[in-house]
Amino acid sequence: MTGEAVAFGVVAVVIVAASLAVVLTPNLFHAVIYLAVALVATGIVFLLLESPFLFGVQLLLYAGGVVTLAVFAIMLTERLVGERIAQTNRYIANGAIVCAAVLAAVLGFLAGGPGVPAPAATGDVTPAIGRALAGAFALPFELLGVLLLAALLGALHLARADD
Amino acid sequence: MCSSSPPSLARCTWRELTINLHAYLVLGAIVFTIGLFGVLTRRNAVGILLAIELMLNAVNINLVSFARFRADLAGIVFALFTIAITVAEVAVGLAIVIVIFRVRKTVEADHLDLLRG
Repeated sequence: MTGEAVAFGVVAVVIVAASLAVVLTPNLFHAVIYLAVALVATGIVFLLLESPFLFGVQLLLYAGGVVTLAVFAIMLTERLVGERIAQTNRYIANGAIVCAAVLAAVLGFLAGGPGVPAPAATGDVTPAIGRALAGAFALPFELLGVLLLAALLGALHLARADD
Repeated sequence: MCSSSPPSLARCTWRELTINLHAYLVLGAIVFTIGLFGVLTRRNAVGILLAIELMLNAVNINLVSFARFRADLAGIVFALFTIAITVAEVAVGLAIVIVIFRVRKTVEADHLDLLRG
């Protein structure tokens, strides 16, 4: 149980550090790499929360798909313009003030809530996820398929050459 | 927290050593705030999209931790939907960024002011 606490602490530090690097590093390529680190570490948080299926989905879709797409977009927009894309941040002080206010508000809200003890581990929930997707959540699941198809066609249409 | 289940004091001390829901929620809040900072301060459209990814990721942490601590499967299923919708959003968003780049020859958010009067 303390092992879980130690693992959570390490992963939390990795996530926060990588997230800060994503928004602060001047090089966008490095930002994408740090985003991959943060996403994989988030997958490990899902493992700590006993959702190995979500860990797999996170690796495949987020760390695999999103990062690859972002690298492609950066290469396309950077290669064509012939110069490094703008890399500095702006309004850092204003952004920091807004974010500190949001964080303080959320943490204050959390501090007022009751602590929730962890229920006993239920084992692998993957079969239950499958049953829920085919049962109670069947309609949203089908709609998700339609959305993915629409996004696929839309992205193809938007990104194709004009000829 | 221990008073909620009086029968077993042993499990109560066991719980004191574990991570409770607040730890995950605080982590989610911090990551969300960092993502918000990125959205507000990044100048590059791709950088803004990356920061939005961070914010959505923080939401997923919250969803899964609520699912685990409330023993409710709906949170995990919702996180699955969120991940899939996010990937679709990134695909379309990056396609839009590439189109904007083709038209305006820049992906800097400050330069995309066609609608400014």
